[in-house]
Amino acid sequence: MTEHILRMSGITKTFPGVKALQDVNLSVRRGEIHAICGENGAGKSTLMKVLSGVYPHGEYEGEITFEGRRCEFGGIRDSEHAGIVIIHQELALSPQLSIAENIFLGNERAKRGVIDWNRTNYEAGELTKRVGLRENPTTLISDIGVGKQQLVEIAKALSKEVKLLILDEPTAALNDDDSAHLLDLLRGLRDEGITCVIISHKLNEVIAIADAVTIIRDGRTIETLDMAGDDVTEDRIISGMVGRALDNRFPEREPAIGEEAFRIEDWTVYSPSQPGRKVVDGASLRLRRGEIVGLAGLMGAGRTELAMSVFGRTYGTHISGRIFKDGKPIEIRTVQDAIKHGIAYATEDRKRYGLNLIEDIKRNVSAAGLRGLSRRGWVNENEEFRVAEQFRKSMNIKAPGVNSVVGKLSGGNQQKVVLSKWILTEPDVLILDEPTRGIDVGAKYEIYTIINRLADQGKAVLMISSELPELLGLCDRIYTLSEGRVTGEVPRGEATQERLMYLMTKGQE
Amino acid sequence: MSSITPADVQVGAMGDGGSPRQPGRVSLGGLSINLRSSGIYIAFALIIVLFSVLTDGALLQPQNISNIIVQNSYVLILAIGMILVIIAGHIDLSVGSVVAVTGALAAVLMVNMGMPWPLALLVTIIAGGVIGAWQGYWIAYFGIPAFIVTLAGMLLFRALTLTVLGNQGIGPFPDQVRTLANGFTDGYLGNVGLGPLGGADLFSLLIGLIAIAGMVVAQWRTRNARKGYGQSVEPVALFALKMAAGAALILFVVVQLARFKNLPWVLVLLAVLVLGYSLMANRTVFGRQIYAIGGNLQAAVMSGVKVKSVVFWIFVNMGVLSAIAGVIFAGRLNQAGPTAGNSFELDAIAAAFIGGAAVQGGVGKVVGAITGGLIMAVINNGMSLIGSPSERVMLVKGAVLLAAVAFDVWTKRRAGASR
Repeated sequence: MTEHILRMSGITKTFPGVKALQDVNLSVRRGEIHAICGENGAGKSTLMKVLSGVYPHGEYEGEITFEGRRCEFGGIRDSEHAGIVIIHQELALSPQLSIAENIFLGNERAKRGVIDWNRTNYEAGELTKRVGLRENPTTLISDIGVGKQQLVEIAKALSKEVKLLILDEPTAALNDDDSAHLLDLLRGLRDEGITCVIISHKLNEVIAIADAVTIIRDGRTIETLDMAGDDVTEDRIISGMVGRALDNRFPEREPAIGEEAFRIEDWTVYSPSQPGRKVVDGASLRLRRGEIVGLAGLMGAGRTELAMSVFGRTYGTHISGRIFKDGKPIEIRTVQDAIKHGIAYATEDRKRYGLNLIEDIKRNVSAAGLRGLSRRGWVNENEEFRVAEQFRKSMNIKAPGVNSVVGKLSGGNQQKVVLSKWILTEPDVLILDEPTRGIDVGAKYEIYTIINRLADQGKAVLMISSELPELLGLCDRIYTLSEGRVTGEVPRGEATQERLMYLMTKGQE
Repeated sequence: MSSITPADVQVGAMGDGGSPRQPGRVSLGGLSINLRSSGIYIAFALIIVLFSVLTDGALLQPQNISNIIVQNSYVLILAIGMILVIIAGHIDLSVGSVVAVTGALAAVLMVNMGMPWPLALLVTIIAGGVIGAWQGYWIAYFGIPAFIVTLAGMLLFRALTLTVLGNQGIGPFPDQVRTLANGFTDGYLGNVGLGPLGGADLFSLLIGLIAIAGMVVAQWRTRNARKGYGQSVEPVALFALKMAAGAALILFVVVQLARFKNLPWVLVLLAVLVLGYSLMANRTVFGRQIYAIGGNLQAAVMSGVKVKSVVFWIFVNMGVLSAIAGVIFAGRLNQAGPTAGNSFELDAIAAAFIGGAAVQGGVGKVVGAITGGLIMAVINNGMSLIGSPSERVMLVKGAVLLAAVAFDVWTKRRAGASR
C-alpha cells in the first residue's frame, strides 16, 4: 500500500492577477480513496484541472508523475489515455442520447466508422451492471435521475479503463440513498484496484470513506492526513481548512442597529431541474436596519438560490414561505415587485446577470431605476448623465467618463457600477451576492467601505460570501446554510472560522 | 433629432484624444471617427458617389431620387420595425406575408365592401396589430423562438392572403390611398424660379427649410442642455459643420424633388416615422428596455425589465408597421395581389444588418436601418440604370450584406482582443 500511483509536486498555476495554486504537492497511493478538502476557491478544482490536462502542460509549473512516468498532458485526451478520468460536478452527459450512447461518446464501438449497436449495448449493459445501475442501456439520460446519471458517468469512466478516477463533489446533488449507494460503489471500485480522488464538502462522508485527506487552503497544500494512522475528526479537518489569516484590513464601523426591516420565514424552494429536490429547506432569517448580516455556506448550500427565489422568484419552483417588510407581510412575485418594495439584489455573476457589457456606464447605472429618471415614459438623459457622473465620483469608478463601455472596466469597477445601479433604486434592503469575487485587494477595501456606508444610512444588508474572513470582518451577525437549511445564527462576538465551518459542513441528522 | 443628421462624425473628446489607439477608430485630420458606428454612413456616401459617376449623374436626377424613395418606402417602413425586433435579439420572417394579408384586407374593405378609406385604413392597421399580438404571444409568453413562430406566420398569413383574395388581385383602390402611396403634395403656393435649375414648388421648399430650421434649433438646444449639465460637447465649429452638412443634404433632396413633382407623401410619412421611432428608441424607457433585453437578457430580467411585455409589444409594433407598408404597397400597385410582399422580410432584415445591427442583438439604430435600406435601394436603382442584369444585382446585394456583417464581427473581435 505504500506505492504511489500519483505524485504532483510543486504545482503552481497563475491566472492573470491571481495565483490560484502555489507550490502544491499531492501524493496518492495506489488503490486508496483520497479526499481533497478546502474552502470555496481554495484551488481544489484548479488542481484537478491541471491533473486532467484541462490546463495543458506549459500553462502551469511543477511536475506530475503518474504510474512512475513523468506526464506532460496536452489535453483531456492525453490524461484519459494514461488512465485518469475526471467526473465534474456538472455532469457532462447528453440528455437526449441513451445510456449506452453516452457511455461510449467519443469512444464509439464501431467498425470502419459504422457503429456496432449490438456490441455497444452489450458492453454498456456489462458496465451498468458493474456500477449497480439497473436500467436498460437504451434508456435516455433525460429519463433517469441525477443519482443514476452519476453512475452512468462512472460507467463511462470504467469503459476507458480508468486507473485513477477523480470525482468533483459527486454527492452534492444527490439525496441520502443515492449518496450512500455511490459511496458503496467507490469502496467496491477500490477493492477492484481503482484509485479514487474525491473532492467533497461533506466531511462526514470524507471521514466515512477516505483513506487519506489532503487539505488545501488559499492555493497551498496545508497537510495530508492518514485516516488509519492519525486520529482524524471533522474538527481536525475544519481547523486545517480554515485558519486563513485575518490580515485583510476591514474599515472600522460603529453599528447603529434599528428596527427589523426584512424577515423570511419557513422559505422552501424546489429545484426546477430535479423534481422533488429541496434546494432551500425551511429557511428563516431576519435583517434589521443598519445591520450587515452574513450568509455563509459552501458551494451548493443554496445561498444564491435562496436570494434569487426571494428576489422576484427568479429561481426555483414550488416556492413557499412568508416574507415580511418592516413587520408587514408582502408578496413578491416579480423583480418589479421586489424593487417596488425596496429590495435590491446584486447578483453573484456580474457579467451574466448584472451588467449589459456592450452598454456604457450611465445606461447600466440607470437600468433598474430608469423610472425615477423619466417622466411619462421619457427619459431625462441629462439627469441620467448627472446621476451617473455623481456615482462615478462617489464610488470612485475608474473610467474616463460615464460614456465608457462597461465591458472594458476591471472587475472592481464593474462591481461598483452594479452597486450604483441598485443604490439608485433607493432600496431599504440590499442582498449582495459575492460582492468581492474576482476583485483585487484594493478594490475590495473600497467595496467594504461602500457596504459600511450603506448600513450607516440605515439600510439592511445581507451579504453572501465564500470568504469567511470577509464575513467575520464585516458582519454583525452571520447565518450559516448547509444543504438548504439554516444551521446556525452566530453573532459577531462568537463568530470564528472554525465555528462557521462546523455549521456550514453540518449534514442532515 | 441628433439621429437624423447624416454625418455621424464624433470628436475624440471622450478619450481626451490621448487614449492609446482605439480599435475601429481612425483619425482624420484631427477628427477621430468611430468606424463601427459611422462606417455605414461613409459607405452610403461612397456608394452614391460611385453610382453617380457610373450613371453620369442620372442617379441624382430629380425624377430618379423621387423613384428611389417611392419604390422603397415600404421596405424602409418595415426596416424600422425590424431593427427594433433585431435589437431585442429576435427576428421576424413573416413581414412579407403580413404585408400581403393586410393589403388584401384593405382591398376587401375599401373595394369590395366600399368602406370609407380612413376607417378601412384604421381597421387594417388594427388587424396588423392583432397579427403582431398573435405572434408576440407565442414568442414572449409561450416561449417559442421568434424564428419558428414567424416562419409559421410566413406560411399562415400567405395562406390567409390567398384565401381572402381567392387567388386573384383586388383593385382599384380609392384615389386618396393611391395618392398616399404613390402621389405628391399639391403645389399649394405655386412655383418659384431657381435660376438655372428652373421652376420648383415653393411649398416643398418651405417644408425643407422648416425641417432644416427644426433640426438646427433642436440640436442646438440639446447641445446647450448638455453643456449646462457639464457634459462634454463637440466644438462649435464641428457642430456648425455637421449642421451645414445635414442642411445641405436635406436641401439638395428637397430642391430636386421640388423641381420634379413636389414631395412624395410617403417621404413625409417616412420622415415622421423615422423621427418618432428614433426618439422612442433613444429617449423612452420602453426604447431603453429594448436595448437592455438585447444586450443581456438575464441582466434585464434581474433589473426588473418586464421582458415578456416589451417583446410582445415589439411584435405588435412590427405588425402595425407591416400593415402600413401593406396598404402603401397595395395602393402603389393599385391592386392587392397574392404575391405581394414576397421576400420583403429578407430586404428588411438585410437593411437592419447592413445598417449596423448586431447579430446577437443589443445594437442598432433606426437611422442605421434606414441607411442600410437606402444602400440597397441605391445599388438596385444604380445597377438597373447602367443596365446590369438582375442576377448581378442580387450578387452584389448578397456580397454587401455579408461584407457589412463581417465588418461588424471583425471590429467587435478587434475590440475584444484589445481588452
